[in-house]
Amino acid sequence: MDKKDTIIEVNGVAMRFNLAEQKTDTIKEYFVKLVTGKLHFNEFYALRNVSFEVKRGEAVALIGKNGSGKSTMLKILAGVMYPTEGTVTVNGSIAPLIELGAGFDMELTAKENIYMNGAILGYNRAFMDQHFEEIVEFSELREFINVPLKNYSSGMIARLGFSIATIIKADILIVDEVLAVGDFRFREKCHRKIAELLDGGTTLLFVSHSAEQVKALCPKAIWLDHGQMMAFGDTEEVYRMYENAYRS
Amino acid sequence: MKSLEAAVTIQHFNRYKPLLSELVVRDLKIKYRRSFLGYIWSLLNPLLMMTIMSLVFSYMFRFKIQNYPLYLICGQTLWSFFNESTNMAMTSVIYNGALIRKVYIPKYIFPVSRVLSSFVTMSFSLVAILIVMLLTRVPLTWNLLLFPIPLALLLLFCMGVGMVLSALAVYFRDMLHLYSVLVMAWMYLTPIFYPVSALPEWVAFLIRFNPMYHYVTFFREVVLYGIFPTAIHWVGCFGFSALSLTVGVLVFRKLQRNFILFV
Repeated sequence: MDKKDTIIEVNGVAMRFNLAEQKTDTIKEYFVKLVTGKLHFNEFYALRNVSFEVKRGEAVALIGKNGSGKSTMLKILAGVMYPTEGTVTVNGSIAPLIELGAGFDMELTAKENIYMNGAILGYNRAFMDQHFEEIVEFSELREFINVPLKNYSSGMIARLGFSIATIIKADILIVDEVLAVGDFRFREKCHRKIAELLDGGTTLLFVSHSAEQVKALCPKAIWLDHGQMMAFGDTEEVYRMYENAYRS
Repeated sequence: MKSLEAAVTIQHFNRYKPLLSELVVRDLKIKYRRSFLGYIWSLLNPLLMMTIMSLVFSYMFRFKIQNYPLYLICGQTLWSFFNESTNMAMTSVIYNGALIRKVYIPKYIFPVSRVLSSFVTMSFSLVAILIVMLLTRVPLTWNLLLFPIPLALLLLFCMGVGMVLSALAVYFRDMLHLYSVLVMAWMYLTPIFYPVSALPEWVAFLIRFNPMYHYVTFFREVVLYGIFPTAIHWVGCFGFSALSLTVGVLVFRKLQRNFILFV
């Protein structure tokens, strides 16, 4: 096993949420809970002891029911959350397509938002200038480029978000259920784009409830259930176990 | 190892510099979007405020201050920068909650960008001060060239305060209400429209511990009186900026890990 080839290493990760604590919005409530000892009462593990490794260029899917911890896992990988226990090592740049258009400002026009979103992903103006045409072209929104985003439909916003996030050749692409938006034709286009990136050596982490999409894109899969990792391996095999578990 | 860490931090900072400038530009754009006079408001606002306040206060209190309009506008410009920047910084992390829940961004960027954009707005208002200076014919001296020093130090001070407030506000929303009262008390404890000589002796002594007193006075000494600033104000300005920034960075770094669970 060559260490260099490991692009993502997840080691015994656990994520704990404190449900009671989250509701403490005021100082008074906080002290009342502190005194009555209810502050750390409602613990909830979104993830528990998850470990896996992803090699450079692999495409891995995360599957499981709603609330099984898939999105939490992706957020930890993207650096949005810090795990309560365990470590995560990521050797490369990440393009997160976790929620398209995170960071769009509805008051600004599409053009202004392209630069803004680029900056959020860590790219400067010169770089965005170079890729501006490509983004506009891919999103097919040229006529509306100077319209404030608040006048856009949700499909148009998703198109713009996808175009920006994939224009950059990141080492790792994290895709969370975003391909469910947009019309059929644009979805096809997105799939082609992801396949193209995969051919170029990008590593993919993919979350989707569509078995069809997963099987088409990812040879390997991880099955999560209530925050526990149930299986990790060949997609077909993992799906067989997954489907059997819920049939019985 | 230490130098490597520093190199990573600088690289990290450089990567997010474009975002910082985008955020500042956005704040400025949104502030005056669709207003007819736009940026002229940054100039007009302090002038109108000064006119009203100098009319009101010169009839009501009759303080013995030479060139009262200039005295007033100096104090008021610095104070409103402090007030606006810290208030905007305080809510910055909460307002961007949707963003930090989805993408990784260094979180200090929110309070810092808000303070910076207020600073840019304040820089426009300096033209208003210049106009008042010319109209009231204050003697121009070389000491005037020192005016960026208190402003730059005040900027650092506000960044520190802004970071503490924004981090605390995430955990306790009560801060939003508490701070507006606090800031009002603070304003009356700062010689903005009255002279320090109007205060009882013990308050005049305690006022040295008010950071804003030093910034405002330093600024007035170079702009209004054209003198080289008194030593105590040099110490006060530098000292409070360093203190505020240090506390701000430490508190923010400690609290930011769990922002996402609370915003």
